[in-house]
Amino acid sequence: MSDRPLANSQLGSLEYDPAPESAAIAKLKPSYGLFIDGQFSEAESDAQFATVNPANEEALSMVAQASALDVDRAVVSARRAYDKVWSKTTGAQRSKYLFRIARLIQERSRELAVVETLDNGKPIRESRDVDIPLAAAHFFYYAGWADKLDHAGFGVNPKPLGVAGQIIPWNFPLLMAAWKLAPALAAGNTCVLKPAETTPLSALVLAEILEQAELPPGVVNIVTGDGSTGAALVEHPDVDKIAFTGSTEVGRMIQQRTAASHKHLTLELGGKGANIVFDDAPIDEMIEGIIDGIFFNQGHVCCAGSRLLVQESVADEVLRRLVRRVEQLRVGDPLDKNTDVGAINSAAQLLRIRELTDFGESEGATRYTSSCELPQKGYWFAPTVFADVSQSHRIAREEIFGPVLSVLTFRTPEEAVAKANNTNYGLACGVWSEKGSRTLWVAERLRAGVIWANTYNRFDPTSPFGGMRESGFGREGGRHGLEAYLNV
Amino acid sequence: MSEARLDVRKTYKLLINGAFPRSESGRSYEVTSAKGAFLANVAQGSRKDLRDAVTAARGAQVKWWNSTAYNRGQVIYRLAEMAESRRDELAEHVALCEGVNARTSQKTVSASIDRMVWYAGWTDKIAQVLGGTNPVAGPFFNFSIPVPSGVVGVVCVQESSLEGFVDAVLAPLCVGNTVVALASERRPTPAVLLGEMTSSSDFPAGVLNIVTGPSDELASVLASHEDVDGLDLSGVTSVDADGLAALGASSIKRVYRPHEMESDSSLRRLRAFVETSTVWHTIGQ
Repeated sequence: MSDRPLANSQLGSLEYDPAPESAAIAKLKPSYGLFIDGQFSEAESDAQFATVNPANEEALSMVAQASALDVDRAVVSARRAYDKVWSKTTGAQRSKYLFRIARLIQERSRELAVVETLDNGKPIRESRDVDIPLAAAHFFYYAGWADKLDHAGFGVNPKPLGVAGQIIPWNFPLLMAAWKLAPALAAGNTCVLKPAETTPLSALVLAEILEQAELPPGVVNIVTGDGSTGAALVEHPDVDKIAFTGSTEVGRMIQQRTAASHKHLTLELGGKGANIVFDDAPIDEMIEGIIDGIFFNQGHVCCAGSRLLVQESVADEVLRRLVRRVEQLRVGDPLDKNTDVGAINSAAQLLRIRELTDFGESEGATRYTSSCELPQKGYWFAPTVFADVSQSHRIAREEIFGPVLSVLTFRTPEEAVAKANNTNYGLACGVWSEKGSRTLWVAERLRAGVIWANTYNRFDPTSPFGGMRESGFGREGGRHGLEAYLNV
Repeated sequence: MSEARLDVRKTYKLLINGAFPRSESGRSYEVTSAKGAFLANVAQGSRKDLRDAVTAARGAQVKWWNSTAYNRGQVIYRLAEMAESRRDELAEHVALCEGVNARTSQKTVSASIDRMVWYAGWTDKIAQVLGGTNPVAGPFFNFSIPVPSGVVGVVCVQESSLEGFVDAVLAPLCVGNTVVALASERRPTPAVLLGEMTSSSDFPAGVLNIVTGPSDELASVLASHEDVDGLDLSGVTSVDADGLAALGASSIKRVYRPHEMESDSSLRRLRAFVETSTVWHTIGQ
């Protein structure tokens, strides 16, 4: 590694001063209730749990633990709002509510960004520049569909499904809430949203926003809690639709439990995305793209480019450059504006990442881990790259959902496609090449719902997102995203 | 004894390239309310003003189209916000110009604002409705996208001073065209007010230009202008429209003429000034 000394001696000696965002901007309350029928209320059992800042393990707020009784209250409220109000509103009225919500998210974006970073552990740069603006944009986009459903390609006057139960993950809490609520409301459904156990706060701020937008009570209900809350929602007989984003394991269980019911189902599950690098790819952009593909949001991304497939002729150079770049990633305080990689969201997730990376070593892969200093408190994992990975290794097959990249090699485009498709998942892939015709040739053969060419982890409300095979079914975003909430 | 306060009256000017000039000719014409009372001396746009407006629209077009569809949606939605907050002023002028009562004019304003919201939502959806991929029989990735025609000249309807103006102007803007609009000749003030609102709605200069003045004379200038790509003839009688449409043929203009049966949810206006651009790209190793 002839180019390492330069990085260490000159560039490596430059230090950034801390530039932390103030946690006070979040204006967090000591406790939050359930948002049902337009009001915050305690759980019937008065049960609460603490939501924790994963960067320092300190409790942020107490949150209500909803039981099956509370879920029932929420569904009853959603049903009433559907029957009495929402199903009678015009598309133009729904449109204007959604535009209001989009604007309010824009107005409160800084507060929401800090809330998200505190509760999730992701760098403020990402919550500020990605999560929150995209959430607002998603509402803005679907606001425009609410009065145009006749033009969406599902026939004239398509009808909503009714009451939608929506269960979202902890990796992009507000953005996932937006992905679920915006199309559902645009199409005319009412919702019961269940945020992830470890990241409920931004959804509760969203509840305040819904109040400010004067959305009619019961149109959106938000129930916080653990897995049992989600299970109660899935099992509730008066729910017409379940939309779930999370692990394939839980998704499979939900599909089994709803199989014999009238419930419509869409699932956005795990992935093991292949990022395919051909020897003609522009190297600087490609290295940044690989880094972004796996270390964005600490690798807590279902579509993360967690398998790097490099053409053999450039593999050595790519690996050398990658390892050097990983060493430069700034890991630490998520509220610091210069932080690249934040905290792992929970102790449980940290344990899983450690377990799988231990397998990586014991199965014979070569490990490169950043020498960055990790904070004493909180849940942290240093960015890691495994080389010499083979397709049978667990780190090449299982979703790690952390800042860990597995590097494999290939010789021909056919081999790249075969290896990329050698997974049960099918969510996303990347292709890096200057040759457009080859990129399209590869893209046609990849079994993945999203394929990025010379970029990675791009999201836009107009672009459909979702998986094939065990990555789930149904699309979120774009015109296609309406289908999940229309009875068509 | 205190005297009754004298109100300060407004000069109604043109909107060209983000500025509000009087006509370069220095002329104005008298506009009266539907009941015949003096309303304003409105700038009487000249041929030169119209040519300046076309130049401004041409200069702004590429930038407007290259801004993201999301951004164009935000700008148009912002106009709806501005109009809502100044709705009473708009309603007053609609009532004066159209001779309707306050309730009707408020309804007209509401419908016009909702129309703005409708168009704000179209900017980032029109490509998904009008565009698509084409499964050609060969190793090619082939897709079609709608692109704007360019500069559109709009002769606005004479009767519907606000709602008609909004519909005629926002449809071409929302798909990425820039516009030179001839406001209703006898009822121009609601359009002039809305033009003023665009200056607080993040509309880039030159994207929307509004000229007031004699429709017949100015329409023929628009129709024969070589640098105008599209022509909306909503505001001319069908006999005049035939002649103007023929004038437009000199530079192969796209011509829109309203259809009797057109409904509010029709996409005819949106499709009127859109070109289909199709790309073939090879697929292969």
